[in-house]
Amino acid sequence: MKNKLLMLIGLWFAVVVSAQAKLEIVVTEGVDTARVVAVLPFKFEGEGVAPQDLAEIVSTDLMRSGKFNPLARSKMPQTPSLSSDIDFNAWASLGAEALVTGVVTMPEPGKYQVTFELVDVISGQQGNSATYVLDKRRSVVKESQMRQYAHRISDIVYEKLTGEKGAFLTRIAYIAVDQTDKYPYQLRISDYDGFGEKLVVRSQEPLMSPSWSPDGRKLAYVSFENNRSQIYIQDIYSQERTQLTSFPSINGAPKWSPDGQQMAMVLSKDGQPDIYVMNIRTRDLRRVTSHRSIDTEPSWDPSGKSLIFSSERGGKPQIYRVDLATNETKRLTWEGEMNLGGSLTFDGKNLVMVSRNKGQYQIARQDLETGDMFVLTTSSLDESPSVAPNGSMIIYSTIYGGKKNLALVSMDGRFKAKLPARSGEVRAPAWSPYLN
Amino acid sequence: MQLNKVLKGLAITLPLMTLAACSSNDKKFEDQSSEMSNGAEVSDGSNSGVDTDAISPMDMSFEEKLAAKYGQAILENTISFAYDQSEIAPEYRVVLNAHAQYLVESQKSVTIEGHTDERGTPEYNIALGERRALSVVRYLQSMGVPATQLSTVSYGEEKPANFSHSDAAYAENRRAVLIY
Repeated sequence: MKNKLLMLIGLWFAVVVSAQAKLEIVVTEGVDTARVVAVLPFKFEGEGVAPQDLAEIVSTDLMRSGKFNPLARSKMPQTPSLSSDIDFNAWASLGAEALVTGVVTMPEPGKYQVTFELVDVISGQQGNSATYVLDKRRSVVKESQMRQYAHRISDIVYEKLTGEKGAFLTRIAYIAVDQTDKYPYQLRISDYDGFGEKLVVRSQEPLMSPSWSPDGRKLAYVSFENNRSQIYIQDIYSQERTQLTSFPSINGAPKWSPDGQQMAMVLSKDGQPDIYVMNIRTRDLRRVTSHRSIDTEPSWDPSGKSLIFSSERGGKPQIYRVDLATNETKRLTWEGEMNLGGSLTFDGKNLVMVSRNKGQYQIARQDLETGDMFVLTTSSLDESPSVAPNGSMIIYSTIYGGKKNLALVSMDGRFKAKLPARSGEVRAPAWSPYLN
Repeated sequence: MQLNKVLKGLAITLPLMTLAACSSNDKKFEDQSSEMSNGAEVSDGSNSGVDTDAISPMDMSFEEKLAAKYGQAILENTISFAYDQSEIAPEYRVVLNAHAQYLVESQKSVTIEGHTDERGTPEYNIALGERRALSVVRYLQSMGVPATQLSTVSYGEEKPANFSHSDAAYAENRRAVLIY
């Protein structure tokens, strides 16, 4: 009881709507070769006005993936809502390869029935009605679910057209810092596109290092609310909050294992920062590294069998991999003045990291098969890269407009976007796993 | 940078404010303050036919007394560091020597906060901040302060003294701070 009261005094945690940081995606570098598609306005057959412009949300999603160049409405030759009314030649002449059409009806007040079709223009030109509809689905959703459903449509379209799963129905967690606020440090989550921002926890002392559980229900993070670092786990739906660690000195960099059972972390209770793995249920702790230099930033291999981490054991920080069964440790990065903050893509094939070159900290990717390294960003202080669950995009923190903010870059570095916050600074982004 | 150091040495008031504003722990200083000041005596002039009045003695402030006893350096509580370094620069020895003497005599506890600038990743900076705090701990221990009086916390780049993103801010933010 006393503990609960104490928590309420220094700290508020809740899932309430509050639009303070509120991010918005602004595309800064598009891709010339992006495929031309069109998302036609969905016809609304209910009463009053449609609660959401679904077609606009889907179109923006596809554009932000960097892979598609959706036609603007002003350039559309026609806007039919049924595939049978499409003039395929008109769309083909604009270079459009696929169209999305839709209808929204209101079977009862507050409920919306959304029907959409994904149509292949070339098959349509050939007049084969059996094959030109690539997908057609119908769902009844509440008004509050409309945005989510639009992202669901984007996921389906993206997967049909690219063969890889879409990551539009995902969230990001991040730390918002606003020194003018009574609680300057806030852990927030929002949809991947900055909408639906919610407060997870706020504090007068720093919050750091959010990490998603693999089921997307919980966040682990570091809090200094007791004037020392401690690792907490919080269920974002029930708000249930537990202290996982409070060892002397550093308790940092929690990272959930792919099976959700264990937490990798950094502790310095035994003298210097080393990597540990804790069983979340039993709290059994296992020391993974013990080196007199700094070891930090653990991140799991998708198999759960090894960890990568940053270490100064070779002089400047570089990224290493340690096999959890044999403890065999191998250096992975050799290029650049230093490399740190590494994580592996979900297929385990690429290492994404912060690489320092000529004093500039930039986001880089290393192909683990060939060893080739690609620097993806060009500013001077890019850090905390977090990869979308489909491996298409990296979110990271950078400085622009004199403030720390978030930005996006595609895996090949060709597509870039910024997510400026309306107020304060934003840092330490963590992209959620798939939520559906 | 050089001017900055001179100013730090001259301006007594600024560090005083820092000490006072630092944390809830500063009440330990206040307690000490009341112990150290001579309470004004009130004469009892009831039956003597004369009146007396209590005059407050011209007391020095607590900080002035501290400075008189341990030197001006005791009023400085921030140790600055070079980029990516955790070694204590020679000019801060006088500051830490004064604190060491105070700690040995008062047997008080102190927390040493380690801070970094924002270059480098947040997790690496937590480690670097701890390294800076431990440098201060080792120095104080070498001057005879028992380990039991010393604790550390590293805030890395999370609690900058200067929130802007410039080289001047970075220099200000690379620091260890003694919090009583």
